[in-house]
Amino acid sequence: MNLLRVSAMIQRHLYLYQRSVPRLMEIFFWPLMDILVWGFITIYLQQSDQTLPRFVTFFLGALLLWDLFYRAQQGISVSFLEEIWSKNLLNIFVSPVRPSEFLTALMAIGLAKMIIAGIASALMAWLLYDFNLFVIGISLLPFALNLLVMGWTIGIISTSAILRYGQEAEVLAWGLGFLIQPVSAVFYPVSVLPSFIQPVALALPVAHIFEGMRTVLETGAVPYDSLIAATVLNGVYLTVSIFLFHWVLRVVRDKGLLIHRGTE
Amino acid sequence: MAPPVLEVDHLTKSFDGVTAINDISFSVDQGEIIGFFGPNGAGKTTLIQLLLGLITATSGTIRILGMNLEKDREKILSQVNFSSTYVSMPTSLTLLENMKVFAKLYGIRQPAARIEFLFKLFEIDRLKGTLTRHLSSGQLTRLSLAKALLNSPKILFLDEPTASLDPDIADKTRTILKSIRDENAMTVLYTSHNMKEMQEISDRIILLNGGKIIVSGHPSDILQHYEESNLEALFLRVARGDTR
Repeated sequence: MNLLRVSAMIQRHLYLYQRSVPRLMEIFFWPLMDILVWGFITIYLQQSDQTLPRFVTFFLGALLLWDLFYRAQQGISVSFLEEIWSKNLLNIFVSPVRPSEFLTALMAIGLAKMIIAGIASALMAWLLYDFNLFVIGISLLPFALNLLVMGWTIGIISTSAILRYGQEAEVLAWGLGFLIQPVSAVFYPVSVLPSFIQPVALALPVAHIFEGMRTVLETGAVPYDSLIAATVLNGVYLTVSIFLFHWVLRVVRDKGLLIHRGTE
Repeated sequence: MAPPVLEVDHLTKSFDGVTAINDISFSVDQGEIIGFFGPNGAGKTTLIQLLLGLITATSGTIRILGMNLEKDREKILSQVNFSSTYVSMPTSLTLLENMKVFAKLYGIRQPAARIEFLFKLFEIDRLKGTLTRHLSSGQLTRLSLAKALLNSPKILFLDEPTASLDPDIADKTRTILKSIRDENAMTVLYTSHNMKEMQEISDRIILLNGGKIIVSGHPSDILQHYEESNLEALFLRVARGDTR
């Protein structure tokens, strides 16, 4: 692993973000909109039914953390799309950059986006609704890290699909995360899902993460069974996604598609 | 005698049963300027992509600088470079930022001096703080060529390098490439539809058609062989199916 080459890839995106208002908006604007809309909804529900006192905590907490996952995923898939949009992909693939270095840089960008968006969102929730995520921050940290890894995995899978199928698969950069949201137990427990869907949910790390985080938010204690399940599943899925990326790269090289991705 | 810097041995590439490159073999010596020449679909761009490892071969081997492209890809790619009219660079970065990024990717020591030198060489030094999206196509081509020379490549691959340049800048670019070749013994492999250019700067041209090498040699020798006065006339013959 050549860290100079990894830092070059990261620097390329830092240059991009430092002067692109729309790209900065993407990090801050949508989390703010989500927090405003869902925050007011939960306050309304709380006011209309006094038996739902934890709504604000659960909904805002889930929302903040789902957004962390989404930013981590987009850090990879949208950064990859930037290379396609700017017709720069071939310049990278004819340089000595290894695929692993390319992925490492994208993952670092995902981490940076997640940290920036997470801090900004948490501050907004604290200012607007007096919801302080940092009070329970240490217990949530291992789950947040698992969300990062899950975001990386989905980002690598959507990137692999874009590499293989081109711009027609671009929509996955924004949509793949939401495709699994209904079975991710973000806003409700797995037990709410129909029994035949529950095994699907439990096969995803993200469901264990949100189940675990609800326990943290409710009790303050870390549910180690959820944490271990999420970590093990994440390890498996991340490994599979990295293999998938390398395999897809071999396929597009064999089919001569890399040239199309670099110039389409 | 120095070994060839590039050796292609029985190279074949098929896409879903269609043979784009059909069992071709050739070698290139250090410091040669080789022009790939042929009608659309002849296999020129596919061949360049194969030599850069962007496409994997169906069969055959490619050895560059004495190394196998499949096994020593990273070592080879750090010593070669590429520029194409059809490839751009991040448009939201300035010229200087783009060059700094690629200098790091290629591990260039003292990148500032090298970048400054190349900017002056291609007459784009006054644009270094300009966003790449504001460049004309000719300026973008010059930036791409400057990028391609950042790592002082031993072999330079060019896909239609002067296609979007005006005659003055195209002429200057050819002069630059020849002078770098003369000073550093850099090998250049390129494709072009500019027959005059190919005749002027190539030490050897390789005429491709249907994925096969029809003929290879110095432009004047080839013209003599085919009893043609210029490459354009030969091109028209080949494009219309007459390769006798």
